Amino acid sequence: MLTQFVYGLYIVAGIMFILSLAGLSKPTTARMGTLTGMVGMVLALAATVVDSLYKSAHEPNRHSVGVTLALIVAVLAFGALVGTPIARKVEMTQMPELIAAFHSFVGMAAVLVGFNSFIAPDGEGGAVHLVEVALGVLIGAYTFTGSVVAYLKLSAKMKSAPLVLPGRNMLNLAGFGAFFALLIWLLVLPHDQVGFGVVLIAAMALIGFALGFHMVAAIGGGDMPVVVSMLNSYSGWAAAAAGFMLGNNLLIITGSLVGSSGAILSYIMCRAMNRSFISVILGGFGAEGGTVVAGAGEQGEHHEIDAASTAELLLEAKSVIITPGYGMAVAKAQYPVADLTSKLRAHGVNVRFGVHPVAGRLPGHMNVLLAEAKVPYDIVLEMDEINDDFDDTDVVLVIGANDTVNPAALDDPSSPIAGMPVLEVWKAKQVVVFKRSMATGYAGVQNPLFFKDNTSMLFGDAKAMVEAILAQLPVGVS
Amino acid sequence: MQIAVPRESRQGERLVAATPKTVGQLVGLGYEVAVESGAGVSATFSDEAYAEAGANVVDAADVWKADVVAAVNTPTEDQIAAMRDGSVLISMMMPAAHPELVETLAAHKVTGMALDAVPRISRAQALDVLSTMSNVAGYRAVIEAAESYGGMFTGQVTAAGKTAPAHVFVIGAGVAGLAAIGAAVSLGAEVRAFDVRPEVGEQIESMGAAFVQAEAAQQEVSADGYAAALTEEQERLTAEMYAAESAKADVVITTALVRGSAPRTISAEMVANMKPGSVIVDLAASGGGNCELTVPGEKIVTDNGVTIIGYTDLTSRMPQHTSQLFGTNIVNVMKLLTPGKDGELVLDFEDQVVRGMTVAHAGESMWPPPPVKVSAAPAAAAPEVPQVDPAEKARLEAEAAAAKARRRVLGAGIAAVLVVLAVMFSPASFVTAFTVFALAVVVGFYVISGVSHSLHTPLMSQTNAISGIILVGALLQIGSTNVAVMALSIVAAAIASINIFGGFLVTYRMLGMFQKEV
Repeated sequence: MLTQFVYGLYIVAGIMFILSLAGLSKPTTARMGTLTGMVGMVLALAATVVDSLYKSAHEPNRHSVGVTLALIVAVLAFGALVGTPIARKVEMTQMPELIAAFHSFVGMAAVLVGFNSFIAPDGEGGAVHLVEVALGVLIGAYTFTGSVVAYLKLSAKMKSAPLVLPGRNMLNLAGFGAFFALLIWLLVLPHDQVGFGVVLIAAMALIGFALGFHMVAAIGGGDMPVVVSMLNSYSGWAAAAAGFMLGNNLLIITGSLVGSSGAILSYIMCRAMNRSFISVILGGFGAEGGTVVAGAGEQGEHHEIDAASTAELLLEAKSVIITPGYGMAVAKAQYPVADLTSKLRAHGVNVRFGVHPVAGRLPGHMNVLLAEAKVPYDIVLEMDEINDDFDDTDVVLVIGANDTVNPAALDDPSSPIAGMPVLEVWKAKQVVVFKRSMATGYAGVQNPLFFKDNTSMLFGDAKAMVEAILAQLPVGVS
Repeated sequence: MQIAVPRESRQGERLVAATPKTVGQLVGLGYEVAVESGAGVSATFSDEAYAEAGANVVDAADVWKADVVAAVNTPTEDQIAAMRDGSVLISMMMPAAHPELVETLAAHKVTGMALDAVPRISRAQALDVLSTMSNVAGYRAVIEAAESYGGMFTGQVTAAGKTAPAHVFVIGAGVAGLAAIGAAVSLGAEVRAFDVRPEVGEQIESMGAAFVQAEAAQQEVSADGYAAALTEEQERLTAEMYAAESAKADVVITTALVRGSAPRTISAEMVANMKPGSVIVDLAASGGGNCELTVPGEKIVTDNGVTIIGYTDLTSRMPQHTSQLFGTNIVNVMKLLTPGKDGELVLDFEDQVVRGMTVAHAGESMWPPPPVKVSAAPAAAAPEVPQVDPAEKARLEAEAAAAKARRRVLGAGIAAVLVVLAVMFSPASFVTAFTVFALAVVVGFYVISGVSHSLHTPLMSQTNAISGIILVGALLQIGSTNVAVMALSIVAAAIASINIFGGFLVTYRMLGMFQKEV
């Protein structure tokens, strides 16, 4: 009876998770979607607590109900105490790092659950269970180190340039080969040798750690959005694998939901960047883009402009498009940009935002930052929605974007980013590029946009420059 | 080193090669600047203003003794003779038309740098005086036309009836042509423009004029940024178009100059067919004129009342701004020649801009320079597209699609068989789990496919929070009496719960920020 009750709650929770993700597909229902997910999670955890306490009461080799409950309350309290302040305080510019860090937790938890499931199997055990454990540990370990590396790269604690070892693909292949050898060893191992089995699984975990580290380290910082999304998918598969080994349908439903949605999200992003999906799944992605250093070098003379002239340009313009990039996030310029936007709009200038699918270090990164600064989301448009409008635009402000506005992607077939759809800002009458220096973007490719006649460079910190422009606007403009 | 700016000696010239503002910039580059007394008077710059900006005001005799002389027009032979050996002369020279000047410079061991020989590449734009001059001339051409035209450029609807806007036809959309289009459009005229280079159509339209296309008169994209001469057939078609357009127009502005010489675009016959009171401004008058009846330097009125303006001093008619722009070009030349910003002039002939503009150096003629390809021009015109029969193409595409579909069906079939085989040899508990798994994967796929781009980050954050469900696994194991299992479970549950709390809250917080404009 109780088991059925728990399963009933699991099904309800699973459906709520599905509805939650569906709700998050549209801005209007997104908030409801999160709430649905929270309620689903509360139901799932309540059912699990009941189940765990019931087991403690009726099964052998378990602590008493009281101890179990105390432990559960303690870990949940710990999670709430640590997690809540992080969620409250985190800057929206640091969302990519935070999500990467959270992924690593899921990965590590999956590894630990895998060990436990091997040491104290829940069901009948057997070959299928061993395979499940091995896969769960491998994926979990991979997710853990991969996410840690992604976190380090995104928070600039590790060099974002791709690490390229000789025979990269062979190393990965050898890793998988060793994993399968260990798996077969584990399968033929006599059942009483649990101690040695743990050693074998630990070896598999090490292989997973090494693979995760190596594959993500081989990816350049500029391609991190796809990586974070892929790791999101992997963390889901790790949870699903845990569900298989524990025979828990909720874990399977939720894990595979997250796994497949993460995968499809990565696929959408790969399409936006014109990259091969397969090469991302297999890792080592972004190496071509990262290692090729600008061949062309300087491509001519660039023109400089100052904040005062930019302010004049903006006031005279009828239509302005702002294309933000990672530089805006780094400089935390979203607030002055939002301020500028509202002032110009009050002045009668049609200001819109053009956001490239891979702008920033996370898909939708720019949207989150602009939303944080209270830019209305209906003037924030996607690349496809706005690309045709650049012809009729007086001024484009490129704030901290580089590769996503690089014309070489369209007209230079030899460019490492050739074929990637980009925001065609150069079609506007005047482009002002906010940039710290003439350095290349993440892809290491020189940007011919900077040398176009209708492009002016505004050098300096994006935030300081936008504030300088704001200061130049006449008082009457408010 | 010293830079000297002489008073222009050519009759009627009102320009000067430096203004008080550019003098300040030259001083900033480390140079001593000398300005001939009265040099800027016709351009409204007094000697006092120059002195205030840091220049020495000197008399005519001293000005030619400087290390560097910057002038607008080529000095006379006597003036060049007064220059010191090894000194540098920077001015417009037209070296192609005046080979004897190059000889003179070489004979006096003066380094001659022709401002009008700057290669037309983007890097050299800042020192290209031809662009400067053309721009001003184009603007002034419209002003001259407006002055001679007996009507308003803009159309008006008044209580006293309405007037039509002036119809302006611009031939040649180089810098001058585009400037003329811009000026005419801003006065309110209806502007049409033609250029033999089809690629400038976009620029014409961007300035607010209509691009007139002559049928089959399209030329190929030129490799060096200049228009090339037309073939006979193109010539005939273009002439017909000129005749039709000029007969309709109130103002015709011709700017066609192909390498210094002016092709004939408007014949006497076309002028005869134009409306009385209409105006032709011939910006190519210095090269002989695009219009057959143009008298260089003069404004004439034909028998049928068409005014033809052939002024060659349009830039000189706006001396203040032209001098400022010209002076800035000179400053940019000096910036290029003064890498150290220390007042020391360095001639680096490896630099194609420096090499291109140097016509004589150390007693040798350096003209003509090696050719320079324009980097801005497209590397190649669109490659010949092989002619493919559309039906054939459609058939090939259909075949490819069919083959792809076949491969897909085959792949799906093999996958299905493998799944069935795998399930056949699995324990029953696995089969149930696998069913759930397969269905959940498909659901996840469809739920996410329609996600709005702007929600990617919250979505990822939410799925991340949900994947904290791994906590369920840890909680189930936490009551185990096996110490190792318990310890691992506690760690796993603790980090997973951080993920759940943090993940959901941050998603919620993030979504709270998305707001629609009210």
